[in-house]
Amino acid sequence: MQINSPKFKESSRIALEDANLQKALGNLRDGFPVKRANAVDRMPEFDKLRDEGRDLKDHIIANLDFYLEQFETNVTKNGGHVHWARDSDDANKAILEICRKSGAKTVTKGKSMVSEEINLNDYLEENGIQPVETDLGEYILQLRKDHPSHIIAPAIHLNLDDVSDIFHEKHGRPRTDDPAELMQEAREMLRKQFVAADVGITGANFCVAETGSTIIVTNEGNGDLTQTLPKVHVVITTIDKIVPTLEDMSLFLRLLARSATGQEFTVYNTLSTGPRREDDVDGPEEYHVVLLDNGRSEMIGTQFQEMLRCIRCSACMNHCPVYGSVGGHAYGWVYPGPMGSVLTPKLIGIDKAGHLPNASTFCGKCESVCPVRIPLPKMMRHWREREFEKHLSPKGFRFGICAWAFFAKRPALYRWLARASSLTLKLIGGKKNRIRSLPLKNGWTLWRDLPAPQGRTFMDQWKKQQSSK
Amino acid sequence: MSLNTPSSGGSRHQVGLFVTCLVDIFRPSIGFATIKLLEQAGCYVEVPEAQTCCGQPTFNSGDRKSTQDIAKNVINAFDGYQYVVGPSGSCIGMLHHYPDLFESDDPYHSRAKELASRAYEITSFLIDVLEFDKIIAQYEGIITYHDSCAGLRELGVKQQPRKLLGKVNNLQIDEMEEAETCCGFGGTFCIKYPDISNRMVSNKNVNAGATNADTLLGGDLGCLLNMAGKLKREGSKLEVRHVVEVLANMTYEPAIGEANLQPNFDLAKEA
Repeated sequence: MQINSPKFKESSRIALEDANLQKALGNLRDGFPVKRANAVDRMPEFDKLRDEGRDLKDHIIANLDFYLEQFETNVTKNGGHVHWARDSDDANKAILEICRKSGAKTVTKGKSMVSEEINLNDYLEENGIQPVETDLGEYILQLRKDHPSHIIAPAIHLNLDDVSDIFHEKHGRPRTDDPAELMQEAREMLRKQFVAADVGITGANFCVAETGSTIIVTNEGNGDLTQTLPKVHVVITTIDKIVPTLEDMSLFLRLLARSATGQEFTVYNTLSTGPRREDDVDGPEEYHVVLLDNGRSEMIGTQFQEMLRCIRCSACMNHCPVYGSVGGHAYGWVYPGPMGSVLTPKLIGIDKAGHLPNASTFCGKCESVCPVRIPLPKMMRHWREREFEKHLSPKGFRFGICAWAFFAKRPALYRWLARASSLTLKLIGGKKNRIRSLPLKNGWTLWRDLPAPQGRTFMDQWKKQQSSK
Repeated sequence: MSLNTPSSGGSRHQVGLFVTCLVDIFRPSIGFATIKLLEQAGCYVEVPEAQTCCGQPTFNSGDRKSTQDIAKNVINAFDGYQYVVGPSGSCIGMLHHYPDLFESDDPYHSRAKELASRAYEITSFLIDVLEFDKIIAQYEGIITYHDSCAGLRELGVKQQPRKLLGKVNNLQIDEMEEAETCCGFGGTFCIKYPDISNRMVSNKNVNAGATNADTLLGGDLGCLLNMAGKLKREGSKLEVRHVVEVLANMTYEPAIGEANLQPNFDLAKEA
């Protein structure tokens, strides 16, 4: 996916003016957060479960090498293959090679953000292989040549009309705005693809070390067809998806569904453990797992290690007032919202992703709903520190901060500055007691008045009062 | 290493007031209302002169070194006080971040922890520490309350202001939808991303305006300036005040952003 994160400001301005997008975002704000809150209310031990999830993830990260090797051993024992990929290039090449060996012309795909991260669709198309997205949201986006704006609801930025339009255009059928009919239409289109595909590619929500299994959770069942019908099943996932046991996996499934959609459990939970065995009624002949690192292992032992706990539930973005205002595309790359604001700078560089950790009020809502208690605001602040150290922050802003620090470290000078500011602003405020505009296209007065100070500073008045006692 | 010699205050709780820069510059009446409440609750209040800013602007802008220096200044300025109390969940929340600024073998680390252990937001201090709710105030009107983020999520300030407001004569509370959602102030955020901030404060004001309230209250002046600034730009009649102004029965000053009919540079004599 093309990197547009440096244009965050421009993109967010466009997003704020896009009435259709704002309508869709309104639906999101009224949907997932309410459902999550209801699900949490129904489960009094939810917070305890979050603690367990956090602790278990910390244990996994501390022993990642062990569990990764155990996973590989068990996948191999089951007759599958593990491919280690240091970066996107490694992963794409490995997948292409598997497709070529099986003579694949079309591949079906389950929803996978990792495949977005490595630009898999473009890569396959460039090499003569047609990928077909089978998740309804991803399918709509593929028809529109669009990209996901959310990690579990990829087409959340669209409204029903958009879907009716694109289906009518691409399927050549009469236009309908009945959701059930649209669904049926997609089903009929995709059914042929499921049967025709030579290779099925899915992501994985978790990789279970003790059994060598991968699991995907979906609400559509498309993942099952993607991984059982073709001759070859390829799983593209990342090293941080490892869990030790099936029981551990079920802990995360409980956290995931409630945090993501407010469901007790996702509708389809499909485990894959190697290729089809002799007495299996169906399943692929080959089973491959491509395990991507792409910089994640470098996060271990740094201030960003806790980000590896993320189980990609999307609760942080569903509850984020910034995401809720501008949507996912404004973030300019694969992972939007608070989790993206921490992860993206690592994956594409803080020089390109600088806006992301800055575009937060640190309201803390994301951390308060995170199922594995990732301190997202703290880590966004760490990125701001890296940015400041590298002199990447805008010059005028940096100057302002340094000037403020200069005074804040010197109480006597600070008193003078406070006195001058309060009296000057009081004068500008005049009788109305409000300031309508400040110089230099000031961000504050662009949209709101600045209430003027009352007069003398508190400290001056307090001193006067004390001396007259 | 005590740089101050706080007066003893006798048997009373001895409090160092953390004024906060916005209150110092924009709305001293909040500082005086805070003192009045603390004194009503039986505290002896002093205002350490060396205090400046809590360091949030530099902390949240990634300037760790300056933040450490500013934190040291605050730690020294409030050394020796039994409690540090301020009319802001955000600035007091910042004091609670200080231990993270210093390595564990730095003497300032333990001093920062010790400071955090005695630093409280005003409504939380009255309820959680002093168990004080003998509010002597009346307010003819309906208020709605905005829960500022840092106070709410970092310090657990939620019921305390409501409990105290419940003791104000004639005051009614009409809660708004999404009272816990950020107003879009976010310190430097509102300057760096004014368009997004504007959307957030607009949402907030729609929610506040949908209640029957005539007054919007909150516990952080940053948020209040933001919400009042937007409301006044839009010509809204909703008045905005800090919660302590109502609790201390000090609402004779014009509300935030309202025209001042009788200019008054000096509030101290009325406090």
